Amino acid sequence: MLRDKTNSVDAQAFGRRTFLRGVAGIGAAVTLPALLTACGGDEEASAPPKGDPDAPANLTFWTWTTNIEKVVDIWNAKNPTQKVSVSRQAQGEELITKVLTAHRAGNAPDLIHAEYQALPVLITNGVTADLTELAGTIKGEFTEGTWGLTSFGGTTHAIPQDVGPMMLYYRADLFDKHGLTVPKTWAEFEAVARQVRAKDSKAYLATFSSGDPGWFAGLAEQAGANWWANESGTWNVTINDEPTKKMAAFWGGLVNEGVLSGKPMYTPEWNKEMSDGTLLAWPSAIWGAGVLEGVAPGTKGKWAMTALPQWDAGSASTGYWGGSATAISAKSSQRAQAEKFVKWLNTDPEATSAMIKEGGIYPAAISGQSSPALSAPPAMMPNQPTFYADAAAIAKTARGFSWAPNVNVTYSSYSDLFAKAIADKADFGAAVDQLQAASVADLKKQGFQVKGA
Amino acid sequence: MTALSTGRRPARRRGGSAPFVLVAPAVVLLVTFLLVPIGYTVYLSLRAARVTGGGFGRRVEQFVGLENYRGVLTDSAYLDGVVRMLGYGAVVVPVMLGLALLFALLLDTPRVRLARTTRIGIFLPYAVPGVIASLLWGFLYLPGLSPIRSVLTSVNLPAPDFLGPSTVFFSVANIGVWGGVGFNMIVLFTALRGIPGEMYDAARVDGASEIQIALRVKIPLITPALVMTAIFSIIATLQVFSEPATLQPMSDSIPSTWVPLMTIYRDAFVNSDIHTAAAASVVLALGTLALSIGVLTLLQRRAFRSDQ
Repeated sequence: MLRDKTNSVDAQAFGRRTFLRGVAGIGAAVTLPALLTACGGDEEASAPPKGDPDAPANLTFWTWTTNIEKVVDIWNAKNPTQKVSVSRQAQGEELITKVLTAHRAGNAPDLIHAEYQALPVLITNGVTADLTELAGTIKGEFTEGTWGLTSFGGTTHAIPQDVGPMMLYYRADLFDKHGLTVPKTWAEFEAVARQVRAKDSKAYLATFSSGDPGWFAGLAEQAGANWWANESGTWNVTINDEPTKKMAAFWGGLVNEGVLSGKPMYTPEWNKEMSDGTLLAWPSAIWGAGVLEGVAPGTKGKWAMTALPQWDAGSASTGYWGGSATAISAKSSQRAQAEKFVKWLNTDPEATSAMIKEGGIYPAAISGQSSPALSAPPAMMPNQPTFYADAAAIAKTARGFSWAPNVNVTYSSYSDLFAKAIADKADFGAAVDQLQAASVADLKKQGFQVKGA
Repeated sequence: MTALSTGRRPARRRGGSAPFVLVAPAVVLLVTFLLVPIGYTVYLSLRAARVTGGGFGRRVEQFVGLENYRGVLTDSAYLDGVVRMLGYGAVVVPVMLGLALLFALLLDTPRVRLARTTRIGIFLPYAVPGVIASLLWGFLYLPGLSPIRSVLTSVNLPAPDFLGPSTVFFSVANIGVWGGVGFNMIVLFTALRGIPGEMYDAARVDGASEIQIALRVKIPLITPALVMTAIFSIIATLQVFSEPATLQPMSDSIPSTWVPLMTIYRDAFVNSDIHTAAAASVVLALGTLALSIGVLTLLQRRAFRSDQ
């Protein structure tokens, strides 16, 4: 029975959620997003002396963006003396763990791909270099909201790569067949969910996933929540604020009543349900069209995209799910060259267009968002030629959101707490309270000042 | 089995550097790849990243004594995982060894047909990596995909939810049993083959039936092999990880702390808290050691009574 030993190594290499996502066919499952607004008082390690940006270099880039190699190839062809090598170490939160370990060992990569909510973890561990100087030259390439994702307290820690504003995907064909109207508010969403159950006992309008904390955070953000704020050095944690509780109670009530499904997303079963019409809608983000291509290729042309339902009729707001930035290691000896590459990757139209085409991402740079590469709709949605124009309008309504240095702990607590709440048909509001308690306890344990705790 | 035997060695002759030279490679490997990593784990488990300064603050690694151990031993999720793991072992080990013994004895009876094919068939699951096996079973378990469920529903029988809160434990145990029976069967079958045929002749002359031969002759003679497979199985149980970890994203019934190794994995690789993970690892390793020694002592006393 020695095999269990070897297998656990396999499983580590794959990771749990990421592995399943790979199975679900999403190479670059970009999770989790958002705006970091508050917070200051960060002390950056003293920056190494500026080098010559045109000096020869050999840069290592840890990233998981789909087909990023093809984008990097363009750079390498143009800059033969400044070679960038892509290393696919891991995805998402697992990459962060690897970066932290490598940083401690003194061999962190020059360039680091990180989701926005993971930046505070990197910052508090002193991994990221202060890019404020570089920021001055390219700030105008991004909207204020996007810029706030990587700059806090007057310091820029990374350059935004892509963003994931949330929107609603629905099966236009099945909506027509059942005579359903596209919900504009969450109240209408509930009414449609009940109609779906009445028309087809096997079908659900949507599912609530315990496996995707970033999705939940995005929905909370849309409802007006702001979970973390840093008030002159003291963290104020309000995960169980009124908007989050309202949103959780809404979903929890419908899931426990059987009106909505409570099965996790990104499982083989979810793929099947997205393909065969068991699930009629998916509150997701702009990259969702690419995911659909992987999980439900047979439904091409049957989906349509619209704004998320609103809490108040007449208002327009959304949250972020997914999106990431490029940071530079504070220990990199090739800072100047690395900065040159980061600037090119995230603002040069050639680079952003290549990332759209090859990686299916939605670039953070303004010029990238109007790239000719976005003139045609995603492969799955030929029926919605205005997809990216619609998306750009929705993206403007994204609210702000702040992240804390223990988002990873909060997120893994989310998965366990909500899985249990769904299994036990328990009150989602209570789960939100437990999430708040777990997050605060961890911040305190790590030595952060926490308000009211 | 030789490892378990208590045979005496002749008194060694002293002198020369030969013993040291001969033992050096083993010692060097042991120290480099076992003792040093264990020592480093213990060192890490006594430290933690703590934040200094306001605002975002900066994490600094420092000595915290036994704080991580206190945290682990008072973490109800970890302790629940330990209890679940022990329950898992209590189900998997007897069922797996029972089936392995049964199959080995059946294959060892005279006049059995298709013995080789059957043996390979039973052994084959062991060759399937645990992650693959779990994915494979996951497809059989998932309510919307399960062919087992669709067959049951088509004949109007109630279809169980294999990934429900009360059933998921047995669904995971089933994967462990499925994967482990073959290996243990081969070990026991090999032991059975090593029994001299005269034993059976003598038993048959005395009028023993095949069942009596199995119970009175075969099983007592392969007890050392049974003890060995039991120890291996118990240790494998304490390391159960890939099956529940692979099924975890598919089900709401498996939290990320289902068994201790999953908690350790989460702490180290999701929560970036290598120090708590190190403390939990040390606790689990000590528990495994204690349990293995306990079981070994107990079984040895019973199994090798005649030797002493």
